[in-house]
This record gives sequence, structure tokens and C-alpha cells, in this order.
Amino acid sequence: MSFEDKSKADQYWQENINLVIKLLVIWATVSFGFGILLVDVLNAITFMGFKLGFWFAQQGAIYVFLVLIFYYRAKANKLDEKYGVQED
Amino acid sequence: MDVQTLTYTIVGMTFALYIVIAIWSRAGSTKEFYVAGGGVHPIVNGMATAADWMSAASFISLAGIVSFVGYDGSVYIMGWTGGYVLLALLMAPYLRKFGKFTVPDFVGDRYYSQTARTVAVICALVVSFTYIAGQMRGTGVVFSRFLEVDIDTGVYIGMAVVFFYSVLGGMKGITYTQVAQYCVMIFAFMVPAIFLSIMMTGHFFPQIGFGSELLDASGNNSGVYLLDKLDGLSTQLGFAEYTVGTKDTIDVFFICGALMFGTAGLPHVIVRFFTVPRVKDARTSAGWTLVFIAILYTTIPALAAFSRVNMIETINGADGQGVSHAEAPSWINSWERTGLIAWDDKNGDGKMFYAKGETNEMTIDRDIIVLATPEIANLPAWVIALIAAGGLAAALSTSAGLLLVISTSVSHDLLKKNMMPDISDKRELMYARMAAGVGVLIAGYFGINPPGFVAAVVAIAFGLAASSLFPAITMGIFSKKMNKEGAISGMAAGLLFSIGYIVYFKFLNPAINTAEHWLFGISPEGIGLLGMCLNFVVAILVCRMTAPVPQDVQEMVEAIRFPKGSGEASDH
Repeated sequence: MSFEDKSKADQYWQENINLVIKLLVIWATVSFGFGILLVDVLNAITFMGFKLGFWFAQQGAIYVFLVLIFYYRAKANKLDEKYGVQED
Repeated sequence: MDVQTLTYTIVGMTFALYIVIAIWSRAGSTKEFYVAGGGVHPIVNGMATAADWMSAASFISLAGIVSFVGYDGSVYIMGWTGGYVLLALLMAPYLRKFGKFTVPDFVGDRYYSQTARTVAVICALVVSFTYIAGQMRGTGVVFSRFLEVDIDTGVYIGMAVVFFYSVLGGMKGITYTQVAQYCVMIFAFMVPAIFLSIMMTGHFFPQIGFGSELLDASGNNSGVYLLDKLDGLSTQLGFAEYTVGTKDTIDVFFICGALMFGTAGLPHVIVRFFTVPRVKDARTSAGWTLVFIAILYTTIPALAAFSRVNMIETINGADGQGVSHAEAPSWINSWERTGLIAWDDKNGDGKMFYAKGETNEMTIDRDIIVLATPEIANLPAWVIALIAAGGLAAALSTSAGLLLVISTSVSHDLLKKNMMPDISDKRELMYARMAAGVGVLIAGYFGINPPGFVAAVVAIAFGLAASSLFPAITMGIFSKKMNKEGAISGMAAGLLFSIGYIVYFKFLNPAINTAEHWLFGISPEGIGLLGMCLNFVVAILVCRMTAPVPQDVQEMVEAIRFPKGSGEASDH
């Protein structure tokens, strides 16, 4: 066990889970939400020459996916250091 | 040089390059063969994974599909990229920490059961064979169009090249070859897209260009936005508006989900994250993979829109009355010869006309959109040659990755871990190479004698991965309580449900494969998402009624949840 004690390990995992859930909510919102379920509502708005819903479905969702992965990477690495469980 | 000679030269040069790389980076041990020695830089790995992931379907077919169905094609755009978020957040780092070679390794160890391992091997093999058959066919098609040999000869050449570098190089050879293939592929795709964007809208980036105003004949802004023009043309000709869907929302939702979760359950993608040195690198690598995929996937919708406008205007003319067939541009004639474009002069006026309904006189195959783009846009001959090399790179890189999963499943998961645990590293490597050889022969057979439903089989591959492997792996990481009885019955339930549904509608009763007969209006392409939910429910119910997980397995799960102490991928 690399953690000082069991409660530290649980805390680390809980923080990680909270982060993942937060990011997956955004993931689902831009793709399933903006790109599919709310597409007709958003299409009433024009963005850079696109109907906004259409733009999310064919462009925007992908950009958000990228931001999510790199944000997770930065946060998760910080979390490892905070609990001292990063790789040597 | 004419197009033919140029194509031979460029394709020949790229093939020589792949083979040189394979010889330079050939594998000497099982570890190098399976996971490239575990020492691949995350950016390099990201590029290789992207090449592995983007198949002939992405390169050749996808832009055509989006071009013809507009918004409805978005499910593929989001579905085949969104899965990487799941991979990065839910799987890659933990599987890297676990540190074995294969997906069945994880399932077998985590669920302390040979049965679970065997079920996982079966899933991996079915998914991989399904895919590779389509790739070999794609190779044959590109060869036959651009090199003017028949499709079968094309398949033989493709088989020989893939066999050579995957059998010799293993994962190590494949990884470095795929880096070269990615570069060829992306260059080939971007050049025509950028040319078109500049010609039509004056913007360098196609991603911006397709939301902009069109240029008029003298190069000034015409005040008409490309997408508005496309919507107008579409409605005028009887099609649905380009930017609005025609499919039911529930079906779009389920197909998109099945593709995303399916992506995250595909063995040949997951295994890539075993090849990087550290857990940290697995997180980084997933991000870079998506960067490299996104370059292609954000360009595809732009190219689709440009080509749609171009195609309609070339055929119907600027006045929308039709263009005389005698004055048609040469690309129409050259594709008519392949049978992928057909003209039927119904009203006998000698003019071509494209529309939905009775006035339509044109039959156009979706697959030609990418392949014909350089000709439609009047680009130089070397761009056409480049497209051929790009299409082949896409098909070969994916085939090689799949072939590796097949050979690993046989030599490592079946032989070493099941039937003959005492074989030496050298023998195991020999069996891996033999399995790759047999795999390429079977794939070639399907390429020459396609089952006739390659597109339908792709749906099976994603449905299978989403409904079987994805839940088993994620529950294995995020739940310490999930036991072998739960995982096995969940995988079996999800798998059988999805296969049953797909086979019923696609093969047994294709006549009633319509929305009113589907369960909740979900098409066979989207059923994997429902199969996945069923898997989770069954697993949780069965788990509650059966024996708890042994203490040592619970400790193993705790250990994969944080990075510290991750060694290199190993056998022990």
C-alpha cells in the first residue's frame, strides 16, 4: 500500500471519481445534449455562420472532447502528487 | 508523368517505406511483439493509435456518407471520437497500471476465472475478424480503381504487405509503420480539402470555411453562406435540409452511444495503452490520439459540404436546369466507366439532372466523394495519386493492428494461458507469428469473397464491444464487489441479446428492418447501447446473489487505482 492509511486511499479515489463524473456530465451534455436532444432548439442560434446545434454535432463536440481529456490529464497528475502516489 | 505512373510511383514509395521501417524495428521478444517493449513515447503512440483506429471506412466512406445525409451523419462524427473520452477517463490509466499484455488478461485475472478469460477472447476474435474483412476489401477497391488491377489481385498484394510487416515487426514494427501511415493518410486527406476551402470560401482552414460565405466567380464574398446555399439546394431538389436530421431522435441517440461505448471496448484500441512506459503516459496518449483523429474528423464534415455543393452544381449547372452530358467534366466519364456513377436520360433532353424523386437521372455511389474530390476540384495529378496512397495507408494500418490482436489472442490468451502454460518465450513468439499468418489468410478469404454485408457486420463489431467488454472492464475497475458470476452472466446476456437482435433484423428478416418493428424504435446499429445496459443490470443482480470477491482480488483492484509502482507491461 502506497497510501499512508486506508482513509487516504479512499479520499484519493473519491476525489478522482468526483472529477470523472464532473467531466462525463460535460461530455454527455455537448454530445447527447447539444448535438442530439437539443439540436433543434440550438439551431435557432447562428454561430460563425453555422446553426449552433449542427455545429456542435459536427465540430464543437470534438473540440470539447479534446479539452476534457487534457484537463483530466492535468488534474489527475496533480491529484497523484497531492497524495504522493505519482510514478517515480 | 500521367496519373497512372504517378500513382504507381507514390504507392510504391510508401510501401517501400513501410517495409524498411518494419525491418529496422523488428521484434525480438514476445514483449516487443505484443506491446512494443512498453517503451513507446505517448505522442508517437497517439499517432500510431490514430492510424490504427482510422480505417478505410473513415478515410474513404465517411465523408461520402455525411455528404449524402447531412446532419444524420453526425452520429459517426461524434460517435467515433467521443469514445476516447471514455477510454481516457475510465480505462487507459488503470489498464496500464494493471500492466499485462491483453484485454482477456485483465478480464481473466480480475474475475479470477478461465471462463471469463475465454469469453473475452471470443469477443476479441469476433470483433477483430469482422473488422479486418472489411479492410481487406477496401484495399482491393482502392487498388482496382487506381492501379487498374482486378480487386482480387489488389487483395493479394495487400495481404502480402500486411503479413510481411506485422509478422516480422509485431507491435513494435506496426507502431512505427503506423506513424508513417498516419502522415501519408492525413496529408492525402488535407491537401484536397484545403484547396477546396480556399477555392470556394477563401479560408485556409476547411473547419472555418464551411461555415463561411461562398466566393463568387470574381473572388469576392457573394453574401451567401455555404450551408444556407446547401440547405436551399437540398429543399429545392426534394431532399431534406442538409443541416437538419430525418432520423428519429431516439435512434440517433442510441447509434451515437453504441459507437462511443463500442470504441471504448475495442480490443485493438485498448491494447495500445499497454505500450506506453507509465500511467501518466497512458492519460497523455489518449489525448494525443484524439488530437490526431480530430484533425481528420473535423475536416470530414467540411469536405462533405464542399463536395455536395460542387457535385450538385456540376451536374445541375449554375442555373439548376441540368448540364448537357456531352459537356460533362471528364471525372464524370471516368467514374461512369467504373459503374459508380450512372446516368439515365429519362426525359431525353441530353442533360444530366440530380434530384430526389422521379426527375432524378443520376445514380451516384457515396464512396466516390473522397476519391473523386481531386478531380472534381481540378487538382493536379499527384493529388489523385496521393489519395490512392492515403486510402491504402488507412486500410493497411488498421488491418495490421487487428491482425496483431488476433495473433496475440491465439498465442498468448489461448495457448500460453489456457492450453500450454509451459511454452518458452521463443515458442510463444513463433506461435504468435503463425497465428498472424493464418489470420491474414482468413482475412484475405473474406476480402475476396466478401460476406456481402460488410457494413452490417461493422454494426455487430461495435454492438459486441459495447455490450460485452466495456461493462466487464469498467466494473472490474470501479467496483471491488463485482464477482466472476456477475461479470460472466452480464457479458453473456449483453452479447447474446445484441447478436440476437442484429441477426434477427439484418439476416433473418431484413424485410421488416424498419422503425415500426424495432424495439423502442432502435435500429440494429444502435442496439449495442441497450445491450450494454442489460449487461450492467444482469451483472449487478447476479452479483448480489452469489459469493463475494476474494480478498486478494480486492487488493489488486485497489492497487490499479493509483499510478505509483507501475512497472513495465509484463507477463507475470
